[in-house]
Amino acid sequence: MWWRSASFIMDRQQKEKEKEKEKEGAGTKGESSISNRNPKISAYYETRAAHHGVVTSDWLAQAQAAIGADPEPEPQSPLTPDPDKPFSVINEFNSWRKQPHLAEAVAAIRALAAVIRSSQATTMMQLEIELKKASDALKSWDTTSISLTAGCDLFMRYVTRTSALEYEDFNSAKSRLIERAEKFGEISYKARKVIAMLSQDFIFDGSTILVHGFSRVVLEVLKLAAQNKKLFRVFCTEGRPDRTGLRLSNELAKLDVPVKLLIDSAVAYTMDEVDMVFVGADGVVESGGIINMMGTYQIALVAHSMNKPVYVAAESYKFARLYPLDQKDLAPALRPIDFGVPIPSKVEVERSARDYTPPQYLTLLFTDLGVLTPSVVSDELIQLYL
Amino acid sequence: MDAIRVSRYPKIRRVGFFAPPDSSATMIPSPRHPPLPVSEMISSADGHVALGSYDPSENLNLATGIEKREEGEKEVLQSSSKPLKAKTTKAERRALQEAQRAAKAASKGYEGSKAVAKNGTVAPSKGTKHSSQNKDDPSCGSPVVTDKKADRPLEKDRKKDAPLRMQFDDKNRMENARKRAVVNPTEARNRVELFQHLPQYKYGIQLPNLEAKVFQIGSLHPSVFEVGLRYLAGDISGGNARCIAMLRAFQDAIRDYCTPREKVLVRDLTSNISSYVSYFAECRPLSMSMGNAIRFVKSRIANLPLNHSEFEAKAALCSDIDRFINEKIILADKVIVRHAFTKVKDGDVLLTYGLSCVVEMILLYAHELGKQFRVVVVDSRPRFEGQALVRRLVAKGLSCTYTHINGASYIMHEVTRVLLGASAVLSNGTVYSRVGTSCVAMVAHAFRIPVLICCEAYKFHERVLLDSICSNELGDPDAISRVAGRMDVNCLDNWASEDNLKLLNLMYDATPSDYVSVIVTDYGMLPPTSVPVIVREYRREYLLM
Repeated sequence: MWWRSASFIMDRQQKEKEKEKEKEGAGTKGESSISNRNPKISAYYETRAAHHGVVTSDWLAQAQAAIGADPEPEPQSPLTPDPDKPFSVINEFNSWRKQPHLAEAVAAIRALAAVIRSSQATTMMQLEIELKKASDALKSWDTTSISLTAGCDLFMRYVTRTSALEYEDFNSAKSRLIERAEKFGEISYKARKVIAMLSQDFIFDGSTILVHGFSRVVLEVLKLAAQNKKLFRVFCTEGRPDRTGLRLSNELAKLDVPVKLLIDSAVAYTMDEVDMVFVGADGVVESGGIINMMGTYQIALVAHSMNKPVYVAAESYKFARLYPLDQKDLAPALRPIDFGVPIPSKVEVERSARDYTPPQYLTLLFTDLGVLTPSVVSDELIQLYL
Repeated sequence: MDAIRVSRYPKIRRVGFFAPPDSSATMIPSPRHPPLPVSEMISSADGHVALGSYDPSENLNLATGIEKREEGEKEVLQSSSKPLKAKTTKAERRALQEAQRAAKAASKGYEGSKAVAKNGTVAPSKGTKHSSQNKDDPSCGSPVVTDKKADRPLEKDRKKDAPLRMQFDDKNRMENARKRAVVNPTEARNRVELFQHLPQYKYGIQLPNLEAKVFQIGSLHPSVFEVGLRYLAGDISGGNARCIAMLRAFQDAIRDYCTPREKVLVRDLTSNISSYVSYFAECRPLSMSMGNAIRFVKSRIANLPLNHSEFEAKAALCSDIDRFINEKIILADKVIVRHAFTKVKDGDVLLTYGLSCVVEMILLYAHELGKQFRVVVVDSRPRFEGQALVRRLVAKGLSCTYTHINGASYIMHEVTRVLLGASAVLSNGTVYSRVGTSCVAMVAHAFRIPVLICCEAYKFHERVLLDSICSNELGDPDAISRVAGRMDVNCLDNWASEDNLKLLNLMYDATPSDYVSVIVTDYGMLPPTSVPVIVREYRREYLLM
């Protein structure tokens, strides 16, 4: 890949020297050029509409300051436990979700940790039943979200999977549960940063990265790479009908990363120039494949046939105990698609929002557990679940 | 002791499907005295030596020039003081055996008279009390025991699944095997060169020997004997059925077991079990799942607490075996059925090959719960196992299509899922199953149809197989020379007399992991790459329990 002339780098290098001093401080805090774009959001998961609306860069800058600048204090629960009001896990969940940089599953995990903390149970069995009920309530809140279901299940397994529970009295067992829950929440919360750090080695100067879909993890990866002064450029697919590409290109432009927008059909056309493909994941399944936004499978197929590596950035709480055998084996997640012109009623529209990419087309998975090959996913799940 | 028929004439081993040269080489009479060191035996033959008793020249049905020549050789060797182990007729060998047994009985006193004692640890003259694992050890070729009748190296624990790995073309190992065999190893006609390392099929010739020996095999428990005969006859077939039958026979044997004086239960029982295992292996080569079950039983025996009385120990062992059967086979099947059921949808066309009990259970369960689907059963000669499956499915009201394996690619375009069973799954994800399975899996893969292997976790093995040749089982060659119901198809009736013609009836084949989409086990649905994980995590656990 080194033979590929990155002419765009040559051009930049001259500008680079002039701007170096400015760049050091600014980093990603491009406050000067905040264009508060407000793209029309057709969120295919209605539940994420709120998040997508507010992810603008000054917002990210704020989050950045909160996370990166100082050793971060544990974000406190916005709700103070009120002994009079009955504890509702959904309320807790929603309050956590108001921090938009937080992934849904992480919010759920935090909410479940709060359930343990504020539980009034006196026996372990009771506590587990409460947890189970809370987890079911959260899962039913959005049945199509794989990461939410997987996150809740993993939390339950992680927290209750300690043999010490049998030996201690209830209070110490409960405090141990709380400890584990906090730890799990912590891990999930910091997952993005860990993944960003791990993937830095794979982005080299002069690389061209193809990105599909708007994944906050991938954005984090690219941000960190830009901060580390790596010179790379990004191709964004348009990502119809959510127009994820538009949003992502906006963000990347603020990072001063050269971005090129492609329509979805132009992926094979440009695949020659691409060095690697980076995608996020809605869920990682037991076979090692991923479920992600519609179009990922296509891109992975093209990349595989042209021998380009496909890297997936996914947190470990997205590992789900699903095993799709083909595309139709998934739980359907439909979304409305707006073509801009009215469509005759006789014409059917394929409205599925996501597809399944089998593991043989994926090269590596970057997770907070490390850099894994797809076959390790099953190993991890077995160790945790069985 | 069985007389060992060994032909020692040297043979130039050639690669490919050649018959060993009948009379080209000179006959070098090599002494058959057991104390002879291995090297001498090897050097006495020039070049490689023929495979022991599986020598076509000793075919009882054929009177070839070889027989006569061997008779001559026998005369040469008559002068040796020790009784010959080969080149004697059956009657002579029987007489020899009786004489030796009588001598042994006399020397051993009362123990030898327990001819039908099931649990006598004293080796009757057959020397059945040996660890079958001995066959594996090449160093056993060096005859370290002068009294071969009293072999008892089984005191030490050896490698566990030896019978499966026996190299039948290795002269030294074969000799030792024959020394210790319960049943007369008979040779097969016209062995295929590539598969000479596998035990040749010997049913037709074996059965009369076995039946005659039922009262002579003093060490075998009757239920063990019965199960072995049923294996031989083919009554019990299918991995789970064989394993369960074997374990039940072991249970009976353990229940009736009595520790003899001066013996420790653990060691003695282990040696008993080993002898039963070698008996089973001679009736029909062990499957890998049976090997795992045997390893389990032996590890349970070895882990018995020392302070247990005999009664407690026996009860513990029997309940352990019960638990194994229940958890690993019966309940595991139920769990597998539940998991696989989630992959069956309305409107599916499910294809299966042969007869797998788990797949049958899945189909019946899905049908009972009201899923609308139809089944395609692919079958093949010579066993036609799929016919029984079709009959049972149709009786329950499923709509079935039945086809021969030649039609697999023709029918595959209609199929949505392929369900297959397995005899064993190996650590590299290779599936070892009835011959023909890998054809069906490959055709399905070419059509991009998902292939589900339904297999209990106790059938996982830490071995790695790269092809179907290293480890396989040979079936009856006559079965493929005849077509049932077609008397006019008789071109191959005299195949045995053709020197250039060999018939090969393989029983198993290996499907590479690339053609397998998912393995459904009682631990859930796994990708083929996760098999060593299960073996690592859970083999230790249930061995130690």
